[in-house]
Amino acid sequence: MSGGESETSMRDAINDALREELQRDESVYVVGEDVAEAGGSFGITRGLHEEFGEERVFDTPISEQAIVGSSAGAALTGSRPVAEIMYADFMALAAEQVMNQAGLFRYMFGGDATVPMTVRTVNGGSGFNAAAQHSKSLHGLFMGMPGVRVVLGSTVHDTKGLLKSAIRSDDPVLFFEHMELYNRTAEVPDGSYTLPLGEAAVEREGEDVTVVATQLMLHHSLDVAASLAEDGISVEVVSPRTMKPLDVETLVESARRTGRVVVADESTVQAGPGSYVARRIEEEAFYHLEAPVSVVGVDDTPVPFSPPLADAVVPGPDDIEDAIRSLPRL
Amino acid sequence: MPDGPPRDGDRVIEQLREMILVREFETRVSELFENNELPGFVHLYIGQEAVGVGACSAIRDEDYITSTHRGHGHAIAKGLDIDRMMAELFGKASGYCGGKSGSMHIADIDRGMLGANGIVGAGPPLAAGAGQSIRRRGEDRVCLSFFGEGAMAEGQVHEAMNLAGVRDLPVVFVCENNGYGEMTPAEEQHNVEGFLARGDVYGMPSEDVDGMDVRDVYDATSRAVERARDGEGPSLLVCETYRYRGHYEGDPTTYRTDEEVERWQERDPIETLTADLVEAGELVEADVESMRADARERVDEAVAFARESDMPDPETAFDGVYAEEL
Repeated sequence: MSGGESETSMRDAINDALREELQRDESVYVVGEDVAEAGGSFGITRGLHEEFGEERVFDTPISEQAIVGSSAGAALTGSRPVAEIMYADFMALAAEQVMNQAGLFRYMFGGDATVPMTVRTVNGGSGFNAAAQHSKSLHGLFMGMPGVRVVLGSTVHDTKGLLKSAIRSDDPVLFFEHMELYNRTAEVPDGSYTLPLGEAAVEREGEDVTVVATQLMLHHSLDVAASLAEDGISVEVVSPRTMKPLDVETLVESARRTGRVVVADESTVQAGPGSYVARRIEEEAFYHLEAPVSVVGVDDTPVPFSPPLADAVVPGPDDIEDAIRSLPRL
Repeated sequence: MPDGPPRDGDRVIEQLREMILVREFETRVSELFENNELPGFVHLYIGQEAVGVGACSAIRDEDYITSTHRGHGHAIAKGLDIDRMMAELFGKASGYCGGKSGSMHIADIDRGMLGANGIVGAGPPLAAGAGQSIRRRGEDRVCLSFFGEGAMAEGQVHEAMNLAGVRDLPVVFVCENNGYGEMTPAEEQHNVEGFLARGDVYGMPSEDVDGMDVRDVYDATSRAVERARDGEGPSLLVCETYRYRGHYEGDPTTYRTDEEVERWQERDPIETLTADLVEAGELVEADVESMRADARERVDEAVAFARESDMPDPETAFDGVYAEEL
């Protein structure tokens, strides 16, 4: 390994992760709609079909239940499938195969079965005006399903390492990418690397406020933190990376230190992951907090089409900044 | 598996023995349930034994099956141990799943039994996935996917059949038409006569099978399995059969007549086969009585094993959710 770094897009980082795992383990295969010659709806799987052939990278009919259900069956029988579901919204169609099948097998069958299945899907989309059926962030739904891991792709660096670990995991993993992050670029290490599931990362250190942020909200939060630093407000930004299991310890440690917390996540606030993160922090850092944890997310409203409407519903940097500035005694 | 197929007569006698074991197991489960010895609820396979036994006797140990909520017969026919099955029904630690599954989720992945399943229609996509594993490894294994005709109204069954057809997966879809989807007659749930056309629309051969005759099921399954092993893709078998008991134990079955049940019982898979074998001089009535006695004794042992086993330690309720601790 050269030990160097290269500027890489999110799209290429995910493609590299898939290629490396396909090379490493012949039980890995990539399956989904338009993932073969078409290279995936977002171009993530480009070139993989040509390189690995029809047995390792192949298209299916438009059948989300069969994609995820067959992946669960393949995982039970010695394969390590990586399924692509084009939009998180479409996971509604395949929720059965996760919540009643893949997630339960190991437990229900007495603890011997393994289900090494990864489902990659795509949160977000309001920035592309994808409208209400192609814009939701739905990782929160799966956090309530025992037996499945829930992992988020937020930074280019982390997404590659986490996806490789997800594929190697013997448990079913729901891996949520974000539509508006595919073109983002960053320096990532050359060659193969993995990152542990279940560990949060402090993306920026600060003293006055902790912002726990996911996916696009993480990038907004880092921008806001940079600009607030000019006003003398020191913001720590933490990326949970894995939502289940959640690295509560790292979040709480930061919250105790800063005493003020904002959670920014593009899901609905009502019964959403942001509210769950807030509860866990309040439970364990209560006496260190200056105020209740503030949750920035989507109201109980579908994501609309027209740009001004979409901007009104989905939080942006201003909403995160407002939430921070509303905290007491800053 | 022994080398080469057994003489037909030997095989049929083994099939009879297996059907009798399933019948005795299920009859005892019914009694145990009636006596409140089993938690939860159970769905019995009595009347349909020829399908599970006929189909599973046409595959090898290393082949796979997916099953249903009415899965005891499939499990026994796939060679699962009835001690551990019965213990699971009792909710005991020694059960197949340590008391976590009960009747509806018994599985033994090492034996290729990919699980009974409480979700109607859930098996076929799993079977397609097993077929995918087989195809990727270039093996000549197959997966049988049992499901009731009620599941023919479930979307995921159609997705799975289409996917298996498109990818030539080595899956045999075994539809058991027992006349009722839960508590409603099949003809009120499907606007077609029979289910053979469901194979045509997914480009796979389909065959109408007498599900009350283990020989017919065995022959049809053998043809479909051979196609699958040869890489010619999936098939659909529609086995016409009948569920003697209700949808679940305790179902008052007000939706059908005693006459209808009796009409089907005249075609009982065990009685008719016995009569044929006796007439052919393959065995005498006393042989069948002795098979029945052996089966009862075997089931007695299973019940004793289950009763004597310990209930699971409540602490184990939290074990086995994940393969890896994070």
